Amino acid sequence: MQEGMKNGCAGAPAVLLERISTLLAEGTVARVLGWKAGDMAYNPEPAYFETQEALKDFVYDGFCGANLSKYMIEASKLEGKTLVCLKPCDTYSFNQLLKEHRVDREKAYIIGVGCGGKLDVEQIRRKGIKGIQSIDGAQLVWEESDPGTELKGIGDDVLTIRTIYGEKTLPYGEALLERCHVCKGKEHRVYDELIGQSRDTKDADRFAQVERIEAMSPEEKFAFFQQELSKCIRCNACRNVCPACSCRKCVFDSNKFDSSQKANADSFEEKMFHIIRAFHVAGRCTDCGECSRVCPQGIPLHLFNRKFIKDINELYGTYQAGENAEDKMPLTSFDFGDAEPGIVGERG
Amino acid sequence: MPMKDEFKPKIVAFCCNWCSYAGADLAGSSRLTYPADVKIIRVPCSCRVNPMFILRAFEKGADGVILCGCHPGDCHYSTGNYYARRRMTLLFSMLDYLGVENGRTRVEWVSAAEGVKFSQTMNEFVEKIHSLGKNVRLEDLRCRKE
Ligand code: SF4
Ligand code: SF4
Ligand code: FES
Repeated sequence: MQEGMKNGCAGAPAVLLERISTLLAEGTVARVLGWKAGDMAYNPEPAYFETQEALKDFVYDGFCGANLSKYMIEASKLEGKTLVCLKPCDTYSFNQLLKEHRVDREKAYIIGVGCGGKLDVEQIRRKGIKGIQSIDGAQLVWEESDPGTELKGIGDDVLTIRTIYGEKTLPYGEALLERCHVCKGKEHRVYDELIGQSRDTKDADRFAQVERIEAMSPEEKFAFFQQELSKCIRCNACRNVCPACSCRKCVFDSNKFDSSQKANADSFEEKMFHIIRAFHVAGRCTDCGECSRVCPQGIPLHLFNRKFIKDINELYGTYQAGENAEDKMPLTSFDFGDAEPGIVGERG
Repeated sequence: MPMKDEFKPKIVAFCCNWCSYAGADLAGSSRLTYPADVKIIRVPCSCRVNPMFILRAFEKGADGVILCGCHPGDCHYSTGNYYARRRMTLLFSMLDYLGVENGRTRVEWVSAAEGVKFSQTMNEFVEKIHSLGKNVRLEDLRCRKE
């Protein structure tokens, strides 16, 4: 771990930092895409590093949930290779971008970093812990050997949280991002080298919530979504962060479609934005969880994406976007024997 | 004379130019009737219909939206309706998931020779919408008259 990290940030494991520093010094890569300390210990942010000196701010700890693959669209246009750190789930997004010809594989040097589950400060707050000043226990402890291996679960790991009301503790496993509970697995799908180990974090079924909603009456469904979507302030953060939302000109920025920047002017716009946003990424969404992570209003956007994923799995065969960079996408392909749209009513 | 508050559904039918629009034409020239509540919008192919068209139709006050295209295998652009079929299935399923009655949306394949099927489908659909009543869940609230 580095000395004197800003704001009590946990820094990065030495093996990772040393390797990155070497690759930069050798000139294998022109820059590094990683995370740097933010204003608080719990909000490191995506950043470029171009010199070894700058790497003193480099962070990789339990709060590095941000998926860096979308930044590779712009980085692919830069001179030289960009070293990018990708967690197992982030590599699905990178593959999907490769498939859509939005990133250049030759311009990326991918370090697949181990992941032991990423933390969610909102989840910590939801546990009633307010006035957070610093958090201990988010640093990663890696053994030097066997990169890419998966270790046992989170076990008894505990976060120690210093707040203005005194010190609190919380088991690491209770502070995870929703997406880590339904992790797709700790295997990196694309990389140049692997550093660090991962831990198993999956302890829930990713379609359980969708199934619960499907079982509701139309009135209950409507009430549930109206309640959630009424919170939307149309900040567009969910779209901006999404690696699948990479169109050069987005329909939600177009005056022609009359849908740009309409804050929840009426109940229709609220729904329309969300249906169309989810539809535009259907079959391409890797379920990376970034949209739900960044929503300032805490809207569970994954419930939209996963409904499409579940339907695609059931109707057109199991499909995981980003698993590889070759498979045909379900909405740009078809089968002669596909179900008719009337099946929606028949399924009940 | 119709009662003042009788429900007059507004139905939008997107019809592909090559089959279903011609089918509607045939229905007309064969003097088969279908309710005047059905407003036809001609599109080059069923695949032209983007999910936003369907949602916008509801926003502008439609109570039901139906998409008609060539039978699978007969699309004049070879495969357009196969793609449309997947898209509409997923869209309808999403609407259902959001609590919007799924009877308000429908897809039907109607060929240029099927004037009878066209008129039957429209009659059936209008009846269905009558039974569901006015669409309030997806309508733009600002535009409501009451
Ligand atoms: S991030 Fe949340 S509040 Fe912002 S537009 Fe998306 S859903 Fe709405
Ligand atoms: S829609 Fe959300 S979960 Fe899906 S790829 Fe985009 S940010 Fe990730
Ligand atoms: S031309 Fe009729 S559905 Fe494609």
